[in-house]
Amino acid sequence: MGSTSAHGENSTGDGLGRRDLIKRSAALGLISVPTMSFLSACASGGDAPKSNGAKAAITKENPFGVAKGTKLEVVVFKGGFGDDYAKAWEAAFDKKWGTTSSHLGTQEITGKLQVRFNGGNPPDVVDDSGAQKIKLDVLFKSNQLADLTPVLDAPSLDDPNKKVRDLLIPGTVEQGTQGGKCVSLNYVYTVFGFWYSGKLFKEKGWAPPKTWDEFLDVCTKAKDAGIGGLAHQGKYPYYINVVIMDLIAKKGGLEAMKAIDNLEPNAFEGSAAALAAVEALYEVVEKGLLLPGTNGLTHTESQTAWNQYKAAFIPSGSWLENEQIKQTPDDFDMQFLPMPLLPDSKLPFEAIRAGAGEPFIVPEQAANKPGGLEFIRSMLSREWSTIFAQQANSLTVVKDGVDPSVKLRPGTQSAVTALKAAGENTFNYLYPDWYSEMDTAIQDASNELMAKRIQPKEWIKRAQAAVNKAAQDPNAKNNRRS
Amino acid sequence: MSHVAQGRGRGGFIAGFLFAPLALYLTFVIWPYVQTFGYSFTNWTGQSPTFDFVGLDNYSALTKDEVFRGALWHNVLLLVFVPTITILLALFFAFMVNAGGRGGAGGVQGVRGSAFYKIVYFFPQVLSLAILAVLFGAVYRSDEGGLLNGVLTRLGLVDPQTPVEWLNEPRFVLWCLLLVVVWHGVGFYLVLFSAAMQSIPKDIYEAALLDGAGRAQTFFKVTLPLLWDSVQTSAVYLGIAAMDMFVLVSTMTSGQFGGGPDHHSEVMATVLMRNFLYFGKSGYACAMGVVMLALTMILSLVTLRATRRERIEF
Repeated sequence: MGSTSAHGENSTGDGLGRRDLIKRSAALGLISVPTMSFLSACASGGDAPKSNGAKAAITKENPFGVAKGTKLEVVVFKGGFGDDYAKAWEAAFDKKWGTTSSHLGTQEITGKLQVRFNGGNPPDVVDDSGAQKIKLDVLFKSNQLADLTPVLDAPSLDDPNKKVRDLLIPGTVEQGTQGGKCVSLNYVYTVFGFWYSGKLFKEKGWAPPKTWDEFLDVCTKAKDAGIGGLAHQGKYPYYINVVIMDLIAKKGGLEAMKAIDNLEPNAFEGSAAALAAVEALYEVVEKGLLLPGTNGLTHTESQTAWNQYKAAFIPSGSWLENEQIKQTPDDFDMQFLPMPLLPDSKLPFEAIRAGAGEPFIVPEQAANKPGGLEFIRSMLSREWSTIFAQQANSLTVVKDGVDPSVKLRPGTQSAVTALKAAGENTFNYLYPDWYSEMDTAIQDASNELMAKRIQPKEWIKRAQAAVNKAAQDPNAKNNRRS
Repeated sequence: MSHVAQGRGRGGFIAGFLFAPLALYLTFVIWPYVQTFGYSFTNWTGQSPTFDFVGLDNYSALTKDEVFRGALWHNVLLLVFVPTITILLALFFAFMVNAGGRGGAGGVQGVRGSAFYKIVYFFPQVLSLAILAVLFGAVYRSDEGGLLNGVLTRLGLVDPQTPVEWLNEPRFVLWCLLLVVVWHGVGFYLVLFSAAMQSIPKDIYEAALLDGAGRAQTFFKVTLPLLWDSVQTSAVYLGIAAMDMFVLVSTMTSGQFGGGPDHHSEVMATVLMRNFLYFGKSGYACAMGVVMLALTMILSLVTLRATRRERIEF
């Protein structure tokens, strides 16, 4: 059979054989390919902090000293809200201050900006949102965020006798606080809870539940009618955590919520409210009241199934309506429902998780920092707030910041109604912004719980372990709320 | 001009041409490696040019990181199964397409319609990994809308109330991903092996046939030994795919940069990316990168050593 030496000169003679070449280059590739992509991302620039641009005299009208003829660079996340609102803002800003704005609307915040933060030449204003946002706790730890306190204490554009901070909805400043400093302005006001179709409920004669037992009852009726009770965005356990955490806060009161944010040793373990909340949710799983397969669906898949009347409830924030606008039937009548109550809850049914999202930041190293700060102050004027509501169909953190002539869609309208009913009874967790790793670990545990692979007690154990681990974070000392 | 000087002149000439690529290689390949090595001893967050030197802290933390160890184990599993299954299937199909037909007296041929099969098999290779992820996302979808679940419920094998959550099922998720890689790869290696098989002189096969060798004997005694170089190359290439897996895992499975459910599909690259970009532990991630580099170097050496055989020429 085949001989080993017929073409022997091939391997020893002049140079490499073709196959050898392929083999060697392949071996080289084996080393370099998997590591290449992230290595190239590692290259950071030198640390060259530069002066923060030209500054004009500080006056009452110009509290940060914006200089005429300077440049202002704005980067916004172009997601569910689009970026038309930002373009309108920039035009207004240039007109007033004689600046030249440049605009970038993108979904790749990390990809576009990480290099620039590292290189010390970030833009002047950034809307740091979306799946590829740069985590705020990370930016803060690296000293990349300008303190926004001067903006909060500056006179408001609408009423110079009032400070900007007095016109914000409660909780906004806390939401943007890292290590005791306000470093981000979360501009969009969002409420969290369950959502249902007003049309479906009317057709079936179901009443929106106020207690968890009533909630289970509607889910059971839905199952009997051949549709799922609760749908959730299983691939992203972030959403089901809203249910768990809201149940804990409402059952145990604000103390139970703060215990988690403050990483108390009994945040979950030994907390009666936490165990009751997880057990209540687990009842939905045990009784088979979930939309079949929902644990593996993405947010769009599950929300679309819900829009097709395949499930009664879905948890989400108030961006849901805008996100699903194309998939929602015209007569769907989207409605918001505050988290139903467990027995002996400390907060009333009307209490809701409400918080500010879409964080706008001014980088500490921004070339035109005065311009960036002034931009933030302008965002908090009634004029700019109305522009946002019109272009992006959402509410802002400016109190009564929307002109009453703007007509809202049913879901947003129901959220506004719920917000009014809640009054002072709003709450919001801060740990997801403070401790990314803990948040991820709790999400993993929730995913296991929903798939029936762990029991409520095991969930509590894992959540507490995540808390204990986060407590070793050097920032845990500064990140405290009371 | 003396012979030696002439040789030197030529050397300089060649070196001149090599300088630019070498400089590029040093700048864009070697230098980042060196930087990574440096960063792996720091607590760099990835978002700022300032950091502290922490010595070997990252490496000692790495030895205790169960998620990373689990990811490493998954990479090892993939490393064993991806090349083995892909190469075996590709070899089998390539043999059937090229030499598996009923051997008439006239010579050696593939099964009927082999030209058509070759095109069909190659087709998956044309798709990018991103498209593949979307495609198989629809196949593995966890409710009745998924292709697999849809078929299985219609056949009465799965209860529509409890569909199989393929990618959310710890026991299945890794194998589901493995199937995608194999499906993607078999066609390419089939064509590669086909080309190699076609370069084997027909008379060898004819001689084997005349000696009364069956299909299996022909394959193991003739085809495989003559294809060994191609198989070896394939193993190395598939090793790359198995060590990486980042695109598929991060897009198809749950979790930040994938790896879910509960780290059951984690590979080293996903753990690395999560630490690098999401947790702000870039120095730690660089330590992972260094470990990956070391492992892949060892691996490629072992692969080339272990598969080394006496060359068979024809």
